Amino acid sequence: MRLRLGLLLLGLLAVAAAAAPLVADALGHDPFAPDLLARFEPPSARHPLGTDDLGRDILTRLLYGARVSLAVGLAAALAAAFIGTAAGLVAAWRGGTADALVMRFADFMLALPALPLLVLLAAADPARIGLPGRGEAAGDVLRIVVILALFGWVGVARLARAAALATFSRDHVRAARALGASEGRILRRHVLPALLPPVAVATALAVAGAILAESTLSFLGLGISPPAPSWGNMLANAQELVFSAPWAAVWPGLAIMATVAACTLVADGLRRRGS
Amino acid sequence: MTRLLASRLAQIAATLAILSFCAFALIALMPGDPIEVAIAGDPRLTSEDAQRLRALHGLDRPFHERYLAWAGGLVRGEFGYSRLFAQPVAALLGPALLSTLALAGSALLIALLLGVALGALAASRPRAAPGVDAIAVMGQAMPTFWLGILLIILFAVTLGWLPAGGAAEAGAGLTYLILPVATLAIAHLAAYARHSAASLEATLTEPWIRTARARGASEHVVLVRHAFPNAALPVLQIAALDAGALAGGALVTETVFARPGMGKLLYDAVMGNDTNLALVALLLVALVTMLATLGADLAQRLLDPRLRER
Repeated sequence: MRLRLGLLLLGLLAVAAAAAPLVADALGHDPFAPDLLARFEPPSARHPLGTDDLGRDILTRLLYGARVSLAVGLAAALAAAFIGTAAGLVAAWRGGTADALVMRFADFMLALPALPLLVLLAAADPARIGLPGRGEAAGDVLRIVVILALFGWVGVARLARAAALATFSRDHVRAARALGASEGRILRRHVLPALLPPVAVATALAVAGAILAESTLSFLGLGISPPAPSWGNMLANAQELVFSAPWAAVWPGLAIMATVAACTLVADGLRRRGS
Repeated sequence: MTRLLASRLAQIAATLAILSFCAFALIALMPGDPIEVAIAGDPRLTSEDAQRLRALHGLDRPFHERYLAWAGGLVRGEFGYSRLFAQPVAALLGPALLSTLALAGSALLIALLLGVALGALAASRPRAAPGVDAIAVMGQAMPTFWLGILLIILFAVTLGWLPAGGAAEAGAGLTYLILPVATLAIAHLAAYARHSAASLEATLTEPWIRTARARGASEHVVLVRHAFPNAALPVLQIAALDAGALAGGALVTETVFARPGMGKLLYDAVMGNDTNLALVALLLVALVTMLATLGADLAQRLLDPRLRER
């Protein structure tokens, strides 16, 4: 029930994001072109959700923003899931020093205040070490994905490690080992499949966390830079507009809330199915 | 207990040392060193002047020397000067920290009380459970800054009851605190509601609850006297994690409501290229976060005799 509702919501959002150019064409709006004669227009047939401070159509920007926000959230969560699973698996498999190193690092990351560190990290300019700098669309997305993955892997790693430790002590793994199966085969055939359910739950939660974090950073002006729309940066100047155009602040936030709630529902549904 | 405290404090010190090194290295990647900013601000500055200034401030020295000089100063209690605010960093930290503690502390208290009340409602009245669940899912999904903006639109712009932001000069501080505290509390309340509901539901199926009911205890007594203390532990565990997270998590709320707290100080320092202030503020927030987590852990130990044994 929860799983279906969540997946349905996410599916709708994905379709909306994919249809962004079609909607823009149908309405005849360019989400990037300012139209200073049409600033702060209230919702109308021409602008179903009104226009923002530069006269751009909010609906089309919302749909294009969905592409950025969903892509960043998914990419960051998948990267975190990949790193986390690998780290947790290696920690449980090797034990000893490797385990201690991975877990100590995880504890270190968990002890620190996440948001202030995210702000500091996001403000660093990758252009200084020869990567695409801040303000370039592709560079922005890459930068945010890397930073969020850096924080997101910890939760996945702890879950994956716990599940892997439990699996290693199960009889079928010990039997496989006694039959002379190679370590690689044991990891691939016997342990990795057992990690999938907890990792899937953690990944769904990581998508939710990444979308929230991206929107927060973009709101603070440290994430995706304008003119590229993301739900967070659409809200960045909405705060100054609470007196002149309060409706501009409503829609991007609703979109974030719906997406994050959908991911939480999917995670809940997966967890209940597993237990 | 003493040994535990000593080892935890040593861990905190080690974490701070590693963090200070990583953050110092990272700041070297931030755009613009202070002299570049000075050159941009004053066209009469020649390249000789820039070189002289770099030598004066030690910016031409190798990285490890600069780090050691800075970290040594911190250990001796010399926090340096804030370029952005033109004040000693030490003078900025105290008031900012107090403001954040007031905000985060009251938000944590309210979130805990309301969250547990909602959880108890869901556990004792099954018909209310889906509603509480929906509130919790939405509360957790809402970005804090958006919630803050919505509250501003409703209470400051439309109704005009409360100020949209800032902090009081003196006296009328409470009206400035209401919206930020509400924002932060609502953002954290959902987790308490979900966990206390789950924990209470699990506790209510225990045999001693059945015994209490069979003895003729009223539902109220069963819930408050028998189920509550046992169900409280997982909730306190979340609170222990939250106590730390709130110190840093207040950054967004403080920025939205223009409250001069630690988070806003750090954000302003990062945006204004005031590297020294940003670093010291980050370390202080990290210290407060870890101390809060430690304090919550110790409190939990006092409440749960099973943890004390170990």
